[in-house]
Amino acid sequence: MTEPVLSVRDLRVEFVTRRGTLKAIDGVSFDIARGEVLGVVGESGAGKSVTGSAVIGLIEPPGRIAGGQILLSGERIDNLPAETMRRVRGKRIGMIFQDPLTSLNPLYTVAEQLIETIRTHTDLTPKQARARAIDLLAEVGIPAPERRIDSYPHEFSGGMRQRVVIALALCAGPELIIADEPTTALDVSVQAQIITLLKKLCRDHGTAVMLVTHDMGVIAETADRVAVMYAGRIAEIGPVREVVSRALHPYASGLMGAIPTLDQDIGRLVQIPGSMPRLTAIPPGCAFNPRCPKVFDRCRVDRPEPIEHRPAHRVACHLYDPAERPAVLEALS
Amino acid sequence: MSDPASKPQASAAPMGAIGRALDADLWFWFRSSPVAIVSAFVAVTLIAAALLADVLAPQNAFDAAQLNLLDGFTPPMERGMGSQMLFLMGSDDQGRDIFSALFYGTRLSLLVGLASVLFSLTMGISLGLLAGYVGGRTEMFIMRVADIQLSFPAILIALLIFGVARSLIPPQQYETAAVVVIIVAIGLSNWAQYARTVRASTLVERNKEYVQAARLMGISGLAIMARHVLPNVTGPVLVIATINLALAIIEEATLSFLGVGLPVTQPSLGTLIRSGQKFLLSGEWWILFFPALVLVLLALAINLLGDWLRDALNPKLR
Amino acid sequence: MVAYLIRSVVQAALVMLAVAFIAFSMFRYVGDPIASIVGQDATIRDRQELAESLGLNDPFPVQFGRFLANALQGDLGISYRQGRPVVDLLVERLPATIELALLSALFAFLIGLALGVYAALNRHGVFANIVMALSLIGVSLPTFLIGVGLIFLFAVQLRWLPSFGRGETVAFGWWTTGLLTESGLKSLIMPVVTLGFYQLTLIMRLVRAEMLEVLRTDYVKFARARGLSERAINFRHALRNTMVPVVTIAGLQLGSVIAFAIVTETVFNWPGLGALFVKSVEVVDIPVMAAYLMFVGLVFVVVNLVVDLTYFVLDPRLRGTGAVPAR
Repeated sequence: MTEPVLSVRDLRVEFVTRRGTLKAIDGVSFDIARGEVLGVVGESGAGKSVTGSAVIGLIEPPGRIAGGQILLSGERIDNLPAETMRRVRGKRIGMIFQDPLTSLNPLYTVAEQLIETIRTHTDLTPKQARARAIDLLAEVGIPAPERRIDSYPHEFSGGMRQRVVIALALCAGPELIIADEPTTALDVSVQAQIITLLKKLCRDHGTAVMLVTHDMGVIAETADRVAVMYAGRIAEIGPVREVVSRALHPYASGLMGAIPTLDQDIGRLVQIPGSMPRLTAIPPGCAFNPRCPKVFDRCRVDRPEPIEHRPAHRVACHLYDPAERPAVLEALS
Repeated sequence: MSDPASKPQASAAPMGAIGRALDADLWFWFRSSPVAIVSAFVAVTLIAAALLADVLAPQNAFDAAQLNLLDGFTPPMERGMGSQMLFLMGSDDQGRDIFSALFYGTRLSLLVGLASVLFSLTMGISLGLLAGYVGGRTEMFIMRVADIQLSFPAILIALLIFGVARSLIPPQQYETAAVVVIIVAIGLSNWAQYARTVRASTLVERNKEYVQAARLMGISGLAIMARHVLPNVTGPVLVIATINLALAIIEEATLSFLGVGLPVTQPSLGTLIRSGQKFLLSGEWWILFFPALVLVLLALAINLLGDWLRDALNPKLR
Repeated sequence: MVAYLIRSVVQAALVMLAVAFIAFSMFRYVGDPIASIVGQDATIRDRQELAESLGLNDPFPVQFGRFLANALQGDLGISYRQGRPVVDLLVERLPATIELALLSALFAFLIGLALGVYAALNRHGVFANIVMALSLIGVSLPTFLIGVGLIFLFAVQLRWLPSFGRGETVAFGWWTTGLLTESGLKSLIMPVVTLGFYQLTLIMRLVRAEMLEVLRTDYVKFARARGLSERAINFRHALRNTMVPVVTIAGLQLGSVIAFAIVTETVFNWPGLGALFVKSVEVVDIPVMAAYLMFVGLVFVVVNLVVDLTYFVLDPRLRGTGAVPAR
């Protein structure tokens, strides 16, 4: 087995506030292999975006990485000096934000922004950089790129702008792309195009993708594996097919129950009662226990650690602890 | 329900807004801001001193009979040659106690400042309400004038109004009218900001149902809107008024300093500074220094209070 | 763009017309145009004849039209007190004011910009916070006191700089400049600082606030994620976007600088238009007041037009769309 492109080990991120330290990310671990798309899902505030920001080294104060390791192709990047990390950003890790309307500087042409990024990370001459920029635009599916390149962002539609953003993220041929809700701000009709494009580009270049979204539909279509986050931890991580159809964690199965499907008539969509706790008020034991339909005594005191329940499919839930079998059976009886 | 204005919103809106502006929360923010406490202390002290000028001032500084020319140019903390009285902040060329003059000067500066703010407040709120309610050409006209006026410095407008008033009022009556003229001149040059704020708020209210209902019932919508709009703008208007008070005091001082404000017989802080300027070159610095110090302290304290108030009333900044 | 331009020009003309109207009303009804020519002690008959010959009995629109036509030809009446054409007085004093105002604006803009950017980039720095606190004091410090303070320090105590006047000037045709002589330059320092100080604090606070705003935008975050250097992010991206509103507001301030010169010129005995205006208010010289008002109105209108045009240079979103910039 080859080395994963991204390897996150026991990552912890804290926010120091006046009311004390909040643990936004509390012991998150996952890998992404070359050419693989890892979907990261969860409710807002579950820590999806913070994980993305931590990987690219853009956690804003008062947040900070409090522990763990982030390895990019086997090389630690969470403790790099600011200037070295800057060179990693954009060159080895590309990022795509949610809103293409606001991601581009309105005062510069697309060409200026592309060339600027290319020349920051390569030794190309302005002329070569421009040629590469035009190629990139063609690759992300912008028609007549040699003409459109000198347009300003406001002269593109939302979907086209997101293509430009993707081209910017691809500028230096990164090993990893972090896409933070890349389709949320787009029209439904455009969403599918962008997702298809993203998937195709990554397959062609062998780029690993961390796809952060709260849209289970996007995950089901795009991701190879999926990580379900809840209150700063990973509740379940595994192959997308297995997680979607046979989720282990009660939270994940609740979440999957909320995906509408066309081929199956399951009646009403399932809803998880209650809402995710705030970071200031995470209950002891399993963070999900107040909402969990299958809760039992241990869940209220003891925090579940991830268990490899099936090959490459881990879940953080006491239900799957072999030692708990009798208790679980009793609870369920 | 015969009177649409007595619907719940009607009673809730004024309570809500004024309550919000003066509630315990604001008091809490006040107590936790040292800048606000110190500024308030300075402002209150100066206002109290101005109010009690007749009682507190050691000398009635503008009663010529009380002045002793031999006391002229006494430096601070020394006794005058004539009266042997102690001059805390020195005396001017006529033996006038600067310390005493400050009480009267501050009183006049505050009076002009407060009165002109009240003037522009009333004018601005009325015009803003009118513009927002009537709409159409009246609104366009009022707001255009406000735009133009806002882009000209207030001091220029005040000077013009002052100049015009001066040519209309006979010189012999001028001294008595000076205070009123300067209040009107400064007041007229500062109304536009209030009008803008009130108009914006009025536009929001104009299309609400209770106003429409009132109109249908033949009740003057304007009166009802005034009752609903005004409480909503209490906060912003209070902030503008506070900062404008500082500006008005500075504006008056500037006009008086330029020699087109209050006459020497009724000296404000600005007039005192103007008369002190003559002696600066010959080394009697205290005649100018103390009035200037009080002016800056007063303006700074009010400005800081206004700044604090703006932040405290803006929930986004908390 | 063309439509927008035309609209701007028409608007400017309307504002100018309104200002001219006020000036005319002052000129015609507040002052006494006849007394200004023949003096207070002319006979009633003389006055009536003069009124007739000056057209003062004509209907109002005719008189206003004539006033406008005269003004356009540079005839703004005759000063009551000095008995000279107002235009001559203005032209004579114009260079002093323009030189002072432009240098002050430049001073305020450059220093204000530098300090504002510094304060925004080092938000929690000690020096930045000191500068911000001082700027608040600056707002409460009346311009004339700054001038008086500077005079006391540099003219009376240290004797480094002259306390009044322009020093030696060099004439180019009707234009005079103090920029070419040592005494002229020395004389400029204190008035420029005095006049520019208030605008400086204003621009600095504005730049800081706008820049902090821009630094929080998504495109700056995205620029970071693209791995651009801090320099490129702060100066190529954040600063350029900050400049759009700043240039607008700073540009509009230029008009105020010229009008604010009233105070500074009086403090330093600067032979400019502002000092002339204050004198004319003091002695109720209505034609000079009216003319000064028209002058400031003209400056205001021209500055507005120029600022509107800079929008198109600075913000590509407006080019070709004909959209009206949001103020």
